[in-house]
Amino acid sequence: MHRGRAGIILENTKYIIETKNLVKVFGKIKAVDDISFEIARGEIFALLGPNGAGKTTTIRMLITLSRPTSGTALINGYDVVRQPFEVKKQIGVVPQQSNLERELTAWENMELTGMLYGMKKEDRRKRIQELLEYVGLLDRAHSNVEEYSGGMKRRLMIARALMHRPRILFLDEPTVGLDPQTRRKIWDLIKSMNRSGMTVMFTTHYMEEAENLCNRVAIMNRGKLIAVGTPHELKQNIGRIVLEHLEGDVTTRRFFQSRMEALKYAGSLKDNTNINIRPANLEDVFVMLTGDDLSDLG
Amino acid sequence: MNDFLKFYPIFWREMVYRKKRLGKILIGSVINPILFLTTFGLGLGKRISVGGENYLDFVLPGIIALSSLNNSYNSIGADLNIRRTIYKAFDQYVVAPIKPSSIVLGEVLAGALHGFVSCFILLGLGFLFGAHVRLTLMFFIVLFTSCIIFASLGVVAAMVADSHADMASFGTFVLLPMTFLGGTFFPVDSMPIIVKALVWMMPLTPVSFSLRSIVLGKGVPVYSIIGVFAWAVIMYVLAVVMVSRKSAN
Repeated sequence: MHRGRAGIILENTKYIIETKNLVKVFGKIKAVDDISFEIARGEIFALLGPNGAGKTTTIRMLITLSRPTSGTALINGYDVVRQPFEVKKQIGVVPQQSNLERELTAWENMELTGMLYGMKKEDRRKRIQELLEYVGLLDRAHSNVEEYSGGMKRRLMIARALMHRPRILFLDEPTVGLDPQTRRKIWDLIKSMNRSGMTVMFTTHYMEEAENLCNRVAIMNRGKLIAVGTPHELKQNIGRIVLEHLEGDVTTRRFFQSRMEALKYAGSLKDNTNINIRPANLEDVFVMLTGDDLSDLG
Repeated sequence: MNDFLKFYPIFWREMVYRKKRLGKILIGSVINPILFLTTFGLGLGKRISVGGENYLDFVLPGIIALSSLNNSYNSIGADLNIRRTIYKAFDQYVVAPIKPSSIVLGEVLAGALHGFVSCFILLGLGFLFGAHVRLTLMFFIVLFTSCIIFASLGVVAAMVADSHADMASFGTFVLLPMTFLGGTFFPVDSMPIIVKALVWMMPLTPVSFSLRSIVLGKGVPVYSIIGVFAWAVIMYVLAVVMVSRKSAN
């Protein structure tokens, strides 16, 4: 149990992540523009958005790799700017690109992390054994990481991020570039970690990934948070039913609260040959809210 | 863990890495000095003398100083730069609860140890080539401090350079002039005053001057040695500043 400076038992704060008016400016560009959100203990929370929306910058601020221009972010009650060391102990990080030590074995990579977090030798040995088994890499524990496949590297990165028993796990695009089998394995890993009480926050481009895993989703565009809620709530807000209408080369989408309304509308159309009516998914919400705006703000 | 000992994981990583490459490292450490000794010791050395000294005896401490520079700098600089810019492994240190001063200490101690061992190999070869050198405790203290200076410089370069090309430019602009002018191959006092002033601003110059003076039995040059220690402090602090700067932006 951790105690804050005022002696308040932080375990009892409802939110494990709290941001308020967070801003990050690079030169003239506002990469993150005044965002506020909370994540409850034990949630799986996804941050969605087009490239350059500010997702990675937001995560980088939460994990102390980037200093906010203004605003505050608390991780398990600790301020990312004023108490970075405390924050670092609370979090595990799995970046998008492998940042493993290539010339070291899986075991040595884990050992290095355990040492960096000040774990005792015996504790490190047990924990490495346990985690490599958990991610299914124990039989390859003593191969150099440069011989690993992409999926193995990702699994090792997850194991490494869990080494010091963090309370929150951050993953940046956890399944990008992986084959479908490996993706599912990673999803199972995330779910099983969450069942054991870990809060998980990740960014993704894959809507089905968010729909499959998350309790709540936040959508970012141009540095702003434009929607937060459960996938169900977000779909409810735009309309549960989609009518897709293909005219020439252009598909237009309209949203309705019920299939009846959609059918009624279809009946009113002059040309209703190329029409598809289906339940709305998260991707519809995403496209609807972010538009066709593919602005790359870097 | 004691705050000071936090450098250990960083140092440990460097040692594990080196253990796996021991063969290559040893061969690399031998080839360079053999070329230098052959060129300057046997090739030129038999024909010239400097200030009454056999040229091989004169040049060996210079080559040792240069070798401390090359081995310490290269053993840290390139690898750390690649791990930071391409493999991103350096990020792992940045997200961990460890201070930049500890990161630098771990890297620099590993690089300095690597450089120091390489210099020993060179010394052994120097004896085989027939050099006469007087080794004192002060000689090894200066030598190790020199390794610290250039391992720190390696960290600075690895942080400043954002690409291979930058890293190469750093070598050309900073290291190459020192290699030729830092009192390595010829006495500095015969140079014009302006060049002399420039040469004495390079960290390698007090190192080669001190080592040579000790080896040739000309006494312990106090100011020069103070200069060596001062450079070690300056370079270490600079490395810590650069690492802090790259840690949060």
